[in-house]
This record gives sequence, structure tokens and C-alpha cells, in this order.
Amino acid sequence: MLRFLVRRSLGAVVILFLLSIVTFLLFFGMPRDPALLMCGKTCTPANLENLHRVLGLDKPIPEQYWIFLTNLVTGSDDFAQGPCPAPCFGYSYHSNEQVWGTLMDRLPTTLSLTLGGAVCFLIIGLGAGLIAAWKRGTIVDKSFTAGAMVISSMQIYFLGPLALAILVYQTHLFDKPAYNEFTENPGAWFSGLIIPWVVLSTIFASQYTRMARSSMIEQLQEEHVRTARAKGMSRRYVFFRYAWRGSLIPIVTIFGIDLGSLLGGAIITEYTFGLPGLGRLAVESVFFSDLPLLLGVMLFSATMILLCNIVVDAAYAFIDPRVRLA
Amino acid sequence: MTTLTKEAGAPVPADADAFLSVRDLHVSFRTEDGVVRAVDGLSFDLERGSTLGIVGESGSGKSVTNLTILGLHNPMFTTVEGEILLEGQELTTARESELERLRGNKAAMIFQDPLTALSPYYTVGRQIAEPYMKHMRASKKAAWERAVEMLGKVGIPNPRQRAKDYPHQFSGGMRQRAMIAMALVCDPDLLIADEPTTALDVTVQAQILDLLKDLQQEFGSAIIFITHDLGVIADMADDIMVMYAGRAVERGTVDEVLRAPQHPYTWGLLNSMPRLDSDPNAPLAPIPGTPPSLLHPPSGCRFHPRCTFRDRVGGTRCETEIPLLAPDRSSACHLTAEQKRTIFIEEIKPRLG
Amino acid sequence: MTEDLVLPAPREAATDAPGEPLLVVEKLVKHFPVKGGFPIRRTVGQVQAVDGIDLTVHVGESFGLVGESGCGKSTTGRLITKLLEPTGGRIAYRGKDITRASRKQMAPIRSEIQMIFQDPYSSLNPRQTVGKIISGPMEINGIEPEGGREKRVRELLEIVGLNPEHYNRFPHEFSGGQRQRIGVARALALEPKLIVADEPVSALDVSIQAQVVNLLQKVQQELGIAFLFIAHDLAVVRHFSQRVAVMYLGKVIEVGDRDSIYTRPRHPYTHALLSAVPEVNVSGEEATQRERIRLAGDVPSPISPPSGCRFRTRCWKAQDKCAAEEPPLVQISGNHAGHLTACHFPEEPTTEARDEDIVLDPALAALEEGGEGQGDRP
Repeated sequence: MLRFLVRRSLGAVVILFLLSIVTFLLFFGMPRDPALLMCGKTCTPANLENLHRVLGLDKPIPEQYWIFLTNLVTGSDDFAQGPCPAPCFGYSYHSNEQVWGTLMDRLPTTLSLTLGGAVCFLIIGLGAGLIAAWKRGTIVDKSFTAGAMVISSMQIYFLGPLALAILVYQTHLFDKPAYNEFTENPGAWFSGLIIPWVVLSTIFASQYTRMARSSMIEQLQEEHVRTARAKGMSRRYVFFRYAWRGSLIPIVTIFGIDLGSLLGGAIITEYTFGLPGLGRLAVESVFFSDLPLLLGVMLFSATMILLCNIVVDAAYAFIDPRVRLA
Repeated sequence: MTTLTKEAGAPVPADADAFLSVRDLHVSFRTEDGVVRAVDGLSFDLERGSTLGIVGESGSGKSVTNLTILGLHNPMFTTVEGEILLEGQELTTARESELERLRGNKAAMIFQDPLTALSPYYTVGRQIAEPYMKHMRASKKAAWERAVEMLGKVGIPNPRQRAKDYPHQFSGGMRQRAMIAMALVCDPDLLIADEPTTALDVTVQAQILDLLKDLQQEFGSAIIFITHDLGVIADMADDIMVMYAGRAVERGTVDEVLRAPQHPYTWGLLNSMPRLDSDPNAPLAPIPGTPPSLLHPPSGCRFHPRCTFRDRVGGTRCETEIPLLAPDRSSACHLTAEQKRTIFIEEIKPRLG
Repeated sequence: MTEDLVLPAPREAATDAPGEPLLVVEKLVKHFPVKGGFPIRRTVGQVQAVDGIDLTVHVGESFGLVGESGCGKSTTGRLITKLLEPTGGRIAYRGKDITRASRKQMAPIRSEIQMIFQDPYSSLNPRQTVGKIISGPMEINGIEPEGGREKRVRELLEIVGLNPEHYNRFPHEFSGGQRQRIGVARALALEPKLIVADEPVSALDVSIQAQVVNLLQKVQQELGIAFLFIAHDLAVVRHFSQRVAVMYLGKVIEVGDRDSIYTRPRHPYTHALLSAVPEVNVSGEEATQRERIRLAGDVPSPISPPSGCRFRTRCWKAQDKCAAEEPPLVQISGNHAGHLTACHFPEEPTTEARDEDIVLDPALAALEEGGEGQGDRP
């Protein structure tokens, strides 16, 4: 297991390294000059050149990349804005704030939104899926399946504003979505996130319902499940001990992908509800050609996805003893 | 020998004294294409401690019959009619909880492919211990000890260690041994073995077949042994029932059915099977045509479209009238007993060489 | 229905006299790498699927290859048809070395070596009509038979006992046995000299199996096509093959004409294999009792096969020599010409019952010891 984790982590570092190179090259391939953007309306050639120098954009690209890497690992005191301890992504061109600090500021929002949503959609989705599979062929199954089908064909940017309009602006049943620190005011944290959670988990839950149902039905037709029934084990026992275990594999796989990409920033959800998370940060960084911020967000999201992948693969080993991690 | 011209349609009522008595069993599945009549009017009895071999090709209904005995068919798509009496207890109408008490306890099953039939997620020991805990109300520890004991009995070396292994860590033959251990753990009176050696290599098959025979001596279970291989059945069974397209076509002791078969289908099977002692230069005599679709089974005798002897019956009896199978030694065919005897001796036996 | 096939006269077969070696395989080796290791994945072992086998298939001959799972018989078939690249050794077809032949060099030969697969369900493209499937090989090889491809396909359908009118049907409209016939027709389309049939009947029901065996036999005898017939069913191989090789864990352990292998085997494994086949005694008379040999355990893993003789771990005659020295495949005194055995301590050339059964399986031995007092049962 340890070997597996070490190997996968090393692999992840290599991927991140390659990703940073690609981001770097793509950025300089863009026909936009971030210095020009910062220079503003009163820009003179001298100012622009000065800015280039300050930002380090006058150096050759490989050298810039090297500086980026060393800063990341060792930190740097060369920035005009102040010291930048490792992991140092530098200072944002646009806001002049330390990139790492900005990421850490935005992270709790995304984390709260995503993890809270994930808990909701897992419970609702898997629960409904299991019930549908248990009651296969009945009215319950059919209505669950049909409902899940309808909901999963909707999108956040439709369901989100709809929920806002009805639940917040019309009926005033819920607070307007906002992010409050959990440590400062748990009540406000909860009430500010409840609508985003509901909307996010509705859509995801419908997909997990369909997945859990079909996965369970497939497992229930496995021969080893029939063997367990032939041994006299009860339907409930066979359902939860034999079939459920096997149906977890595809669910965990998809959940790993979903969670990873959500943690990297639920862009649409954050925009819809005006939550200042990583997703919005990503969009801003591209919009302002903010290289340090872009690299920071990119690498952070990628790390999240890779981390989730490793966790999923490790989870396989717990679920299925045939998957030996070496 | 019984002649089979009985016109009376009503089958003999189920024998409440018999260990297992199946009467006029009909099993059909609803599918998208229509209703598949997998088993159509099957009756047989099984004595305590004896072995009945059911032989037939795919789609003959042999596996379905036995899943139905233990109620393992999917009730949503399946209709079951008829009687199944196990020690006088009616099983087709039994409640699920009653069947659960029976399964793995009084009646156990061994399946064809031990790799897919054992759960990959639990240790072999646990899977063997589970039914023992449930049916014998044994503690976890006692059940585990029993599992280890059973693994030793079926010839798994180092059973205490191997009980902690998962099925994928066993070889094919060992898995089937574990499966046998699991089936016998509660000392069942009835063991249903559905092609238990088909997925195994021939040398391993020989080991497993002998093991089953030896264990049957010790445990005294009655066995229903399902296979498509006449050689295996000759080795294992006391009595044989030959099935074709959902019906039994011939029944008798091993010697009767294999050495003096009466049904054209049995003749066909014997003639189409190469043996180690047959003349290798004589061409095989296959049964012409293919097995019928059970969506639209042929009228009358279901074998008549492939039967090369139906002219000898004359008229349209084979096409219109279903030949019946009497209890004990008999075959469901419209040929007269005399015809069956002479055809076998003069035309079939010489070919068997 | 297969009894009265109409077969076209063998085509200008005169170039190859029967008895000439058609395919010669020498020291053929196929190892599949096993990946693993830390921190960088590398090859940590080899599955020695085929490990140095010699075979010769003569023109027009049917040669059987038997063995249990993992013995390398299917891999051998795939090596010969060039579906796999050999790790070592030499394959010569009509004296021409094709071991490392490129696609281009293979082109003229490929049409002469065809393959029939086990599974008639998955080896036919479900989206192609039967006509398309059978004419495919002709198209690929740019062959334009007299009277056109369609006519040839209809001919072929007739040869394999299918209705030529079914030219435009799809594989799912046929039963398993009929699909295998389609596979045979496809193999015949290029007028091959050698057909490698890998378990061609083992997926079929007994009654259908006989139909296909008869068809293959007819094709083999009347068209003079050589067959490499790979199967695990000893009775079917005996019925089909003039010569037979027995494989165990990647090695040929015994080879000879049918009679030598089935009635005068010398290798203990061949004895064990034959004695394990369950047989129907149809004669009613008490036939000669066959010996009873019950091995212990399963075949060892081909990743780390036993040293010396690979069968020694399951053999009742094994001695120190068997672990130290690999027995060569040679003609043992008393054997017919061409009957070769790889064993240091060969058995008597008979399959009749011995004074005492050989029961190596510990569970069986224990049960039989306790149950009946002595080990010999009928």
C-alpha cells in the first residue's frame, strides 16, 4: 500500500510538472501582453518596459520558468510586493496579492460548497438508487427512475436561478446564498450554503441514483450473488453484503472524478450563486492574463484531481481484494 | 419394461413419501420476444442417498429445473406451475423465509464456474462459515472452525491458512473444492450439482468427481447431477434422466439408459459422441438440425423435426401427439417397445463399435 | 445434413505430395512479460507459455495438439498463424523461414494458413453479412475467383452445409453450429494448405459438435488440407487426428501417431490424462479395465515452472534426476518410429488397470482409506 502511494505521488508530481510547462507555453503563446493590461491608459513605452522588467517578463521564457520553479520550492524575497514563502507562486498581476494566500482565502468556500454538496448528493442519490434497485419493476422504481431522468437532464444555470427566484426572492424561505466562515458563525455558514447545496446535489444525486440502481441490478445478477442466495442468506443480507460491495466500484470511480473536478472549482455554481471560490478565481485569472494566478489555480486544481484519483485507486483495494496495490 | 401407450393425460400424483418428488413442473419466462417454455411437464422422483443424473444440451431445461427446486428463479419474469415436494414439503408455493431456511441447509447447490460463483469480496473461510452460522446458529468462531474442517476434508492443503485467502488466490480446482465444502457445510440431504466440472481440466475433473462420490458416501446426501457429458454421468449417477427441449425423454438406471437406450435422441447423443474406445475412423453420426427455439417449440414430440425414425411410427402421431413418459424405466417416444429394441440392436449398437 | 456434401475436386494439389513436411516448428518459444516492481515498473518475470517446442505438420495431415489449460497449445496456434510474435525459435512453412517475416513477405503465405476460432459468437463481425464475412479474405488479398466472389461464397456456403441463399443474412440469425460453419467457410475462402483450428467445437453442444467435426474431417480429407487441431477433449482429438502431440506447461511431452499415444503411451502425464477421461461403457460387456490415476492439485503456474521435468511435481515416479535434468524428447526403446517421449522413467506402454490405483490426491486417498479399507476400486 505504501509503495503504491509513493509511486502514485511521484507520478502525480511528474504530471504537475508537465502541466506547469504546458500552461507556461500556452500563456506565452497568447497574443496578449499582461504588462500592457496593467500599464493602463497612461502607458508610455518606458513604463511598459519598466513593468516588463519588474514582472520578469523581459527574461527568456526558459529562465522565467526556472525562476518560477525555484520560487515554488524555496520561496523568494525578490518580489517588490514583499516576501513570498514557499510554496511561492508569486504575486498576482491584477490584485498584487500573494497567489498562495489568495488560493487559501478562496479554498474554504469551494471546500464547503463541494464537500457539503457531495454529502447531500451521495446520501440522496445512493439511497434512492438502492431503493429503486430493491423495488425493481415496481411503481417506486419506475417513478424514481423517471424523476432522476428528468432532473439529470437539467443544468445548474437553469435550476440555480430558478431555485433562487422561488425559494429566496419570492417566498423568502431561505437566505440569499453567501459565504460565512464556519468558525465564526456556523449558523450563517449553513444557511448561506443551503441553496447551493440543494441545487448542486439535486443534479448530481439524480445521476447517482441512476448509476447506483443500474450498478446494483447488474450485481444482483452476478453468479456469486445467486450462490449466496443458494446458501440460504436472506435477500437483505445478499443485497447489502454481496451486491452492494461490487456495485461500489463504478460509483467510487465516478465520485472520484466528480469530487476532483468540483474541488478544482465549481465554476458555474459559484458564478450562479455569487460565491467567491476557486472556480471564479480561475475565470478571473484567465480574464486578466494573470500568469502567477493562472498557474496557481491550474496546479492547485490539478493537484486536487490527482489526489482524488489516488484516493479512489486506494479505495478499490479496500473494496475489492483482487486489486492488489504494489 | 413399461410400454408407453398410456393415453391418460393426468400424471401420477406426487409421491409424498419420496424424498424429492417433482410432478408436472412447468416453468416459463416472459421475455421481450415472448414466453419461453423452459420446462414443460416434468416429473421425477429421487430417493434419499441416491444420485440422479440429468443430461441434456443447452436449453433442455435441466438447469432451470434445479434452480426452480430451490426457488432461485427470478419471480418477476417466471411462472412456475406443478408440484415440488421435498420430504413432503411443497416448495413451489413455499414462502421465501421457508425456502431460506431450506437452502444451504437441507438442500445445497454447486455451480459450474467456481470463479464467478464465489464472491470475490470475502474470504473463502467466511463464505463457507456463513451458512453454518445461519442454519446451525453457530458462533462466529465455531463456524470458522467448521469451515477450516470442511476445507481440510475436501483436500485443501493447509486449510487453516487457506481459509483466510480470497477465491482469486485459489486455483480452479481448489475453488471448486471450496465450493463443495460450502455446499456440504450443513450436511445437506440434497445436493444439486450443476455442471460442477465443466469448467475444469480433465485431470482435475477426475479428482473432483471422485471426491464428490467419496463425500457422498460419508455425508449420505442425495445428488442431482446436471451435465451435458454422458461420460461424466456414467461415472457419477445411479439413475439417468435425459432431457430435451424442456421435457424428459428417457429415464432409467445408468446401465439401462446407456447400454439399452430406447429414445432416438439418446441414440443420437451416443452416436455423435466420440469415445476413447470407439473406432476413430468411423465418421460420427450427428443428430441432424439444431435444438428448437423454446419460444415456439415443435408440436407433438419436440424431437420429431430432428428424428430420423419418425417414418417408422407412421401417420402424423409424432407431429400431433405428445409422447408420455411413464414412471421408472421408460422413454417418451411413439415407437413400440419392440421397434425400439430392434432399432437399437440392429442399427444403433453396431455403430457404437 | 453433412453426410451428402458436394465437394469440388481438389484443386491442382499435385505440387505438394502428401507426407512432405508442410510446417516445421523448431525450438519455438513465447514468453509473456510480467510487469511489476518498484519504484519503476519493469519486467519482473516471464509467463513461459511456450518454451521450446518442436513440431512438424505434413502436407494433408491432421495433427492434434492436446493438453490442459495453461499448457500453451492455443499460444502455439497463434504463433503459427502469426497472430503472436515468437520470442525465439523458428517457424518454417514449406521450407521458408517465416519466423520474422514482414507483412509483405507474409502476404502470399498468409492466405495459405488460416485459422478457425473457438467461439463462433465473437469471432464473426455482427455488423457484416455472411457474404461479406466470407468474401472478406478474398477482398483483402485481392483474389478474384472465376465467376466472381459471390459465386465462390455461395459455393463455400454449400460446402460447409449452409443454404447458399443465406448469403445476405447476419451472424445472429444463425445457431452456434451454423456460425462455426461460417467460420469454416471463411477459412476455406483462400484455399488454404493449413488450417489451425483452436478448440473449434468445444463451445458447441454434443449433437452439433459431431456435425462440425464431420465437416472438418470432410474438408481435411477431400480437399487435402493439413490441420493443426488444438483441443482439450482427448476423444475428439483422437477421432480427428492422425498424429497427436501432448503438451504440458509449455512443452511437448509426448508425440506420436494416434495409436501410440492412445494405446501405448509412455509418459506418466499422458497416462494420467487418458485415465482421467470419464467414459461411457456402451458395450455392456465388461471391457478391459482402464487404469485409474488421480493426480494431486492443479497445473503449476507457467511463471515459475518446476526445474528439470515440468511434470515432476505431480508425478508418482519422480526422482532427483527429474529435478536436475530436463528429459529430452526422444524415441524410447520399444516405441514406434516417430513416437517420442520426454521422460526419464517412462511407464509401460499400456493403459490397462494396474494392480493398485495411483491416487495422489490427499483428500481422495484419505477418504478412500477410511471409507473402504483399501485403495483399489473398480
